[in-house]
Amino acid sequence: MRGQDRPRLSALSLLMIVVAACAGSSLAVIGAGSQEAAPVTLVPRLTGTADPMAQNSIPPLDRPIVDDMRRMRNYPEQPPIIPHSIDGYQLTLNANRCLECHKREFTEGSGAPMISVTHFQDRDGQVLADVTPRRYFCTECHVQQTDARPLVPNNFVDADDVGRKK
Amino acid sequence: MVNLKALILAAWRLVVRFWRTISRPSAYLPLGFLTLGGFICGVIFWGGFNTALEITNTEKFCTSCHEMRDNVYQELQQTVHFTNRSGVRATCPDCHVPHQWTDKIARKMQASKEVWGKIFGTISTREKFLDMRLTLAKHEWARLEANDSLECRNCHSSVAMDFTKQTRRAADIHSRYLLTGQRTCIDCHKGIAHQLPDMTGVEPGWKEAPELQGKDQTSLHLADQLRAYTASLP
Repeated sequence: MRGQDRPRLSALSLLMIVVAACAGSSLAVIGAGSQEAAPVTLVPRLTGTADPMAQNSIPPLDRPIVDDMRRMRNYPEQPPIIPHSIDGYQLTLNANRCLECHKREFTEGSGAPMISVTHFQDRDGQVLADVTPRRYFCTECHVQQTDARPLVPNNFVDADDVGRKK
Repeated sequence: MVNLKALILAAWRLVVRFWRTISRPSAYLPLGFLTLGGFICGVIFWGGFNTALEITNTEKFCTSCHEMRDNVYQELQQTVHFTNRSGVRATCPDCHVPHQWTDKIARKMQASKEVWGKIFGTISTREKFLDMRLTLAKHEWARLEANDSLECRNCHSSVAMDFTKQTRRAADIHSRYLLTGQRTCIDCHKGIAHQLPDMTGVEPGWKEAPELQGKDQTSLHLADQLRAYTASLP
């Protein structure tokens, strides 16, 4: 059974435990002292003020890119970005403003690129006649670009350039 | 049955008596009183009529019913026709009531159906409203198609549009469809001020007519051809 043959504390082992506890507490005191000497440096917050409760002046919204020029994808699987404004576009269960131009039937009149063939496949690989429900909400993957400055530097390297000497 | 006959007969007698009274010259009242009084009463009546009409033509009046305030008005507030950079606001009657007097009166007469709907609670709940939404929206689209988007054009006229200030896509489509008169504003710009109903089967204005689908339409893309040509020049 558990704890049946637990060794009895001898006088010697008791003494050792007391000594160890004293040493531990003195070490902890020294540790606290050293922490005060070297203050913790926090990484600055990316957004908002340093003081979380302070009033912040909101910067103006960045302008969306609206030049209609197709952008190169950074990697083959990247969903293409939206090179036009989508302000006020209704993307609901009832209406899909994106598909009013990008749907196969409407591309002839609108001149917009058709949604890719992958969007007609449901999750079992069945090809449907129209966009599959899992691809219906365009902005889940496709996003608009703005002229905003990146918050942090970007070290992304194109797969083509990986391992290549410049 | 006998009662009804007697009632109609009594009403007819009243009409006849009224006609006999007003078709004879006045025996007691002076002509000046009658003409001047008639004029003043006319002014008061006409002024009152127009004032009442103006009151029913305000956003405050429209949103005094919960049907409008809780549904369409809330949606309008999210759109560019409510707040925008230049601070011009379109209120309900700006888009839904014609500005010309005759058309306005015609629309107001139509609106008596809306009073009926209000009394009998046709869209008194959100669910009823959503169920009716496609029908109601179709009425509005049909009206704007019939009057060539008159209410849009009260503010946005195609002659005042600077196509160079539009994005190239918008300018292209406007010059192809709007300037040629093939389409009117509402054909493409549906749901600009309210949420859309179920749009299954409602096709956008730029859908090619069935007889044109798949046909060579190079003439429509002249601008693109021209651009390609100028780019190929040495």
